[in-house]
Formats: sequence, C-alpha cells, structure tokens
Amino acid sequence: MKTLFDHASREGVGGLFPACDVPAVALHDVLGAGLVRARAPRIPNLSEGEVARHYTALSKLNYGVDDGIYPLGSCTMKYNPKLNEDVARLPGFAGVHPHADADLTQGALGLLHELSELLRAISGMAAVTLQPVAGAHGELLGMFLFKRVLEQRGEPSRTRILLPDSAHGTNPASAAMAGFSVTEIRSNDRGTVDLDALRAELDSTVAGIMLTVPNTLGIFEENILDVTRAVHDAGGLCYFDGANLNSFIGRARPGDMGADVFHFNLHKTLSTPHGGGGPGAGAVAVSAPLVDYLPVPWIVESSGAVRLDWDHPKSVGSVHSFYGNFLVAVRAYAYLLQLGDSGLREVSENAVLNANYLQERLKKTYPLPYDRLCKHEFVLSGESLPNHVSTLDVAKRLIDYGVHPPTIYFPLIVHEALMIEPTETEGLASLDRFAEILETIAREAQENPDLVRGAPMRAPVRRLDQTKAARNPVLSYPFDEQAPTT
Amino acid sequence: MRYLSNAASDRDRMLNAIGRHDVEELFSDIPAEVLAKYEPIGLEPKSELEVFDAVRRLADGNPAAGLVSLLGGGIYDHYVPRVVAHILGRSEFYTAYTPYQPEISQGTLTAMFEFQTLVCELTGMEIANASMYDGATALAEAVLMADRIRGRGRIAMATNVLPQFRRVVATYAWAAGIELVEVPFDASGRCAWDRVPHDVSGVVVQSPNAFGVIESLAGRKAALGDTLLVVATYPLALGLLEPPGAFEADIVVGEGQSLGLPMGFGGPLLGLFATKMEFLRQLPGRIAGRTVDADGKPGFTMAAQTREQHIRRERATSNICTNSALCALAATVYLASVGADGLHQVAELCCAKAHYLADAVRKTKGMKLAFDAPFFNEFVVETKEPARAVQRRLADAGFLVEDPAELEAQGVRNALRLAVTEQRSRDELDRAVSALGGKR
Repeated sequence: MKTLFDHASREGVGGLFPACDVPAVALHDVLGAGLVRARAPRIPNLSEGEVARHYTALSKLNYGVDDGIYPLGSCTMKYNPKLNEDVARLPGFAGVHPHADADLTQGALGLLHELSELLRAISGMAAVTLQPVAGAHGELLGMFLFKRVLEQRGEPSRTRILLPDSAHGTNPASAAMAGFSVTEIRSNDRGTVDLDALRAELDSTVAGIMLTVPNTLGIFEENILDVTRAVHDAGGLCYFDGANLNSFIGRARPGDMGADVFHFNLHKTLSTPHGGGGPGAGAVAVSAPLVDYLPVPWIVESSGAVRLDWDHPKSVGSVHSFYGNFLVAVRAYAYLLQLGDSGLREVSENAVLNANYLQERLKKTYPLPYDRLCKHEFVLSGESLPNHVSTLDVAKRLIDYGVHPPTIYFPLIVHEALMIEPTETEGLASLDRFAEILETIAREAQENPDLVRGAPMRAPVRRLDQTKAARNPVLSYPFDEQAPTT
Repeated sequence: MRYLSNAASDRDRMLNAIGRHDVEELFSDIPAEVLAKYEPIGLEPKSELEVFDAVRRLADGNPAAGLVSLLGGGIYDHYVPRVVAHILGRSEFYTAYTPYQPEISQGTLTAMFEFQTLVCELTGMEIANASMYDGATALAEAVLMADRIRGRGRIAMATNVLPQFRRVVATYAWAAGIELVEVPFDASGRCAWDRVPHDVSGVVVQSPNAFGVIESLAGRKAALGDTLLVVATYPLALGLLEPPGAFEADIVVGEGQSLGLPMGFGGPLLGLFATKMEFLRQLPGRIAGRTVDADGKPGFTMAAQTREQHIRRERATSNICTNSALCALAATVYLASVGADGLHQVAELCCAKAHYLADAVRKTKGMKLAFDAPFFNEFVVETKEPARAVQRRLADAGFLVEDPAELEAQGVRNALRLAVTEQRSRDELDRAVSALGGKR
C-alpha cells in the first residue's frame, strides 16, 4: 500500500492560505529561541490533485455499507441515510463554537434538548444525557453513576459487577475502569441468564449487573423481569447495554424492564455512520433515583429558552469536553423525525423478521447451537465444517464473493461463532444472495477446501500476517528504512 | 418507510418460510406486561423534504455560526481546505466499520497508519494510537496510564490546564481512586514547577495552556526523574513550536480539532495520544501496524490488540472501542493537503495576527495583557472596566468572545481570553480593537 509518505514532496505548492496582512513577527523574538521548532515535521508538500487521488485510491480498498450487506453481529450496520449527512454539514451547525453564548446557539441547544426528550420517551426512563460519545463511553458513565449512587447510599463495599458470560468485552473493561471487580454468570442451555447462578452471587458486595438486551446470542431474556427484580431486591443496580436496541425499538422500553441505566448507540440503532471505527454517540438514560448524578452541564429548557445548567452538586462530573458528539446527534435527530412512531416499529419488525428468516434458512447448513426464536441477530457455529475449514476461513471466503463477513469468534460461549445481524435495511433478495453464498462456501469446504482456506484471493491483499505485526511492531512510517533494492 | 427494502409480499414470504402467521409472534419472547406498557413517542413520520426543512430551521437558529469568532480555549475557528470534506464524504470511508477484516479495510488501515505517523511527527513522540474521543478523555486516559506505570496513586495537574480537560480528568481519576494534586500557576501564567510534589506518578501540564501561554518545558523531565511528564498540546501550534517530545515528555495528548475538523458545537472531536515505545503495552486504544500478506505483499492490520477490551476484557488498558476514526481521517487529509510548508504557514499566520491584536490591546487604555509570557495565538486581556461590559461591547460589534466567568473560576479576574486564527483579517482585528475601546 502506498502511503502519504511515499509521495515525493515538491516545493512551492501553497495557495491555501492568503499572504499575511499584518506585520510579520520574528518568531525567535516573540516566542524565545528554545520554543521555536528546530526540525519541520516530515509531511510531504503535494498538489491537491495528488492528495485527492491518494485518498480516493485508499477509499477503493474499503468495503462500506453502500457496497453491500454488512451483517456484523452486534454492530447494526444498517444503511446510513444521505439526508443525515447533509444536515450535519449545514454551516449553522458545523460552524458553532461550543463556548458561544446560549442566546446565540438556541437552535443547537434546542436540537439537543429535543433529541434527549425523544430518547427519553423511547427508553421509558426518567432522564437522558447526550454527553457520552460511544457505547463503551456510555457504559463507563453508567459505572460512574453506580459508583456515585452507592457512595451516596453509604454502601461503598458494593464493589462487584455481575456479567453474563456472553457479554461484550467493553462491559468488563468499563466496570474495571470504575474500580469494580467482575464476576461472570454462566448462561443456561437456552442461552439466557441462569437464574440460580445469578441468585447464588447476589450478596451485599454486589453493586449491580450489566446485561445486554437482547443478549449477544440475539436472544431476549424471557426472565428479564425476574433478573432485574432479583438484583434490585439484593440492593443492586441494573445496567442495560443498548447495543441491540434495534430489535425492540418502538415496541418495548428498558424502563419497563427494570433498567437503572441504559445506553443508546446512535451509530447503531439510529443509523449514524460508523466512520471506519468512529465517531459514534452513546446517550445514556437513567431511572429516577439516578437523575441527580448525571454529568454536567445539563441541557435544560424553561419558558421556551434552552440553557446549560451546571448547578448539580451530586453530579459525577463530566465525561466529555462539551455536550457529546453534537453533529452525530443532528443525524440521529433527522432520522427520528423521518421515522416517527410507525417507522420505529417497522425498524424492529423488519430487523427481527430478516434475522429469523436467515436463521431458519442457514441452520440447515451451519449448526445453530441455540435454536429458538431470535431477535435481530443469531449465532451459527462453523465447528462442523470438514477438512479443517474454520470460521475464519469462511469469513475470508465471503470476501471473495464481495460480501462483508459477519462478526466471528464472538460471543465466546459459542465455538467457532458466526454472529449474523442483517439489519432491517436489507431486502429479501439481498438476504437470499447472502445465504446462497454461505451455502456455496459450505459446499466448497467439502469439495475444494484449499479454495476456502486460502481465501481471500480477490481482495486488495491476501490474508495478513498478524503474528509479524505483533512480533515486530511497525506502528509509524519507517522514514529511516532503506528502500528495498529490486 | 423509505429506508426499508422489503415489499409487503416479501414479508409474507419470509413469515411463511419461518412458519409464522403474524409478525407480532416474533416478539412473543418479550414479557407481555412489558409490551403492554409501551407508549408511542408522539412523532408522526415525515417526508425527507419536511425533515430537511425542519432541521435546517434549527441550523438557522444559531447566529453564533455567522459572527466573527475570537473564541478559543481548545476549539478554534480554523479554515478547512475543501478537499477534506470531499474525501470524508466518500461512503467507502464513512460507512465502513472498524477494520476487523483487514483485507477489505486497507483504506481505513493505511489512513490510520498515516495518522499515527503524523501525530508522531507533530508531537516528536515514538508511537501514537489511532485516536481517542477528544482531548479531555485522552488526557484522562493518560492520567490512568501514568498511574498504571508508576503506581503511586497520585497525579499532579496544573490548574492552568483547560477547565473542560480538568473536569473530565477529575471524574475518571475519582472513579479509579487516583488522587489529583493541584499545582498552581505563577505570575507569568505558567505552571509553578517548584510546587510539584515528589511522590506522584505523573505531572500534567498543557502547552499552550488555558491562558494561551507556552509552558517552559526545557529541563523539566530531568528534574522529575522517573515521574512521568504528561503534556497536553495544540497540534496546529506544533507547526511552529518545539514539540513536547523534544522535551522528553512521556505521554503527549491533544485536542485535534484544529486539524481540519469543524467546531461542530464541540463534537465530534479528536483525541490525540502519543507516547514512547517502551510504554506500548500500557497504551489505550487501537493502533495499526505494518505487516505482509500471504504473498509477502505489504499491508496494514491492527496491532498490539492484546491490550484491548475485546481480548483482555477487565484487564484491558482501556474500555475504548469506538473512537474518532473519521475525525482522524480528516486530520490526515488536512495535514496531507497543507503539507509541512502549509502547516508552518498557517501557524505563522495565527501567531502573527494574534500578536498584532495583542500589540494593539497593549496600547489600549484600561487594558493590558494578564501575563508577560510567550503565547501562540491566544492570550488573556485584563480590563479595568468589568470584563463582562467589554464582552458585551465586542458582541454588539459582531464578535464572539467567551464569558469571563470561566477565567474567573480559574483565578483570573476581570479578564477576557482572545484567540486569533488565520481566518481573521486585519480589518476584523482593527474593528475588534475599536470595540475594545482603542484608537484604531
């Protein structure tokens, strides 16, 4: 791959910035000699055309949602509406400084306030903050809220967080960052929380539980009310990871299931794009007893004016420089306006129908360890594939067919897992094509396993050597490396 | 609904294929009493045309976007070359997921590798990650990392670090059980190094700091010994300023908004995070590395993943997963567009224009600079009359200036912070001086 630094730098490109219209300053005089940069950063000077071509060429090595189905389980890679991109770029939003006075930013503050009200209604909870900028950031805030509320209740000895063994890795990591220890609760043979195993752990050292609803197998905890009641009865709090909200949005609310804290992933459920890894937005909703602890500033409305409110002495503090990812919030807001109540119901209806259709078809070819009604996703296993063909091989072979692989090797409780989430924006034809390809690959594993084990052949690169990357880390451009002699 | 692709007949076929009669059956695993409690949110669906109009009206409700900005404090009104938005608008970039499948993510991974290299070049450090959420969370993670490395349970932080950074650091440190020791600033607005305690894991300073003042970092690391030196910086200023790496900083973080991101009412932003190679195992966040494919052809993949949450879970260096990848791409394309020469030029423009304004302020009756120390493009003015009255006068003349309350909370009374970027013309600066009460 040619990098920026492989391009020859030229002199006299310029032309982006005007000539200086004030007297020039002698840098060494105004800054002092020791503060002026001695060596320029090694960034090539290129023409705009060279820059445009370099990054256009790079973009063509990527696969995006506009290229085709992107069935990454737990990631909700739905179509990202173009309208949302355009409204987020309006100068009236993009050009606003976060320190500008509230009376000059009523449109932006009003949007944030309205969006948090809509999310509050969707969640059925007491209040929402838009400050967290990612799902894991919402989890972290949730753990901070747990910690603060337990401190206030005089129960700092509650230091354990319970987690199902199917949890996302961010859950235990977030709990640990807030100073909690983690206890895993095993799943039962139906793929849900084992109530007896849960009850056995519930004592006066438990701060609470983190649940993904539905869980990462795509299964709704039928006993959700028993689980949250048991935790509450034992003096604990309930955190709901909202990564999988797409499966019940518009028809059920975490607030009615016993959640104390719930995070939204606006970049999953509310269609804002993933950006190759971010930025996202991870709004957090809380139950009434936790409201006072929400991060400052709050965005409050009174008599038609919206303002920032810093006066909340019980607050955990702040988790972001300003008000969260505002331009992501703009996109999510436009999405909700377009959908309305009926659209929300159609989202969950089609997400769940698509997943169940694919599950029913594909379980004939790949084992389905938890064979039951799923929500928006399901998890197959690649363990029965012949000729030492693995789930990784299947994923790489999908690439040869021009399709993005599903999430693999997660959740950890399924051996050789293939975690498939088609999302509601795929249509029947796309689902059938995806299923046909997976069926073909299973046949290839039998008849021509080298084809599968050697995949991908048609991608920009073949399988990459991860061991070499780990053993001999080259993490920035090796300017001093000798050019290879050919 | 126009974002769906299933026709009604498709849905019937699918229901039939899975042996269901009614789509509501698909939700029979949700407790009936939960379903019964559901209440609609009270929104009628709208057409695209109506939504665009409604949202545009909200955008029009922000007069701040059209005024002349002298606002700073970590976020600046810099010019973004047009090519940046065009590259970011390519859906192969913005609709892609995290590059867990490297063979079809070489675009994202190559850009990550370039970004890491650029951050190293700017900061003078050995390694950089692929981004954090913003400068404030980057600094909070730096504090956690410094204490993981040295383990003394205490971190010293200068009170002239930006308030939004200090707030977030305080929250993260409280939760992690790390004590924060405040280090005051001296009469020049710089960190009072003689007040730094000895038994801390790290010392946090910002340069330029919340007053725009450039800290003097020469010789500090040697005096600190094995206490880690953590520096928050302003990357565009590093086009001119000696980077923290040149002063042997151990961890360098920064807010990357100045590198091609819109101000966007404060988000999304871009957290920069760089350190020394010896601390790689303690680094939070993703990082791309170079490797080869099965044919020996060079390519990029994610590296050192055993630090991360999806593998190490509760023992990970951080919980971060989603970061600011697209913002990092913006910074990469920005720096590629301006090049080393353009970066120097834009930094020099900011510096010259800020000094032009500061010189005029110095000559203005009833005004003086609060600190006699070198600055880059931002400085604090002390006013004889109430600062709020001066702010109001500037606002009436069409200038955006910060509420003096924030500086006051930091211990600088009757003062305004003014920031100047390359976008401010001499004419605008002259008008600002008139509004301040000067002669020009």
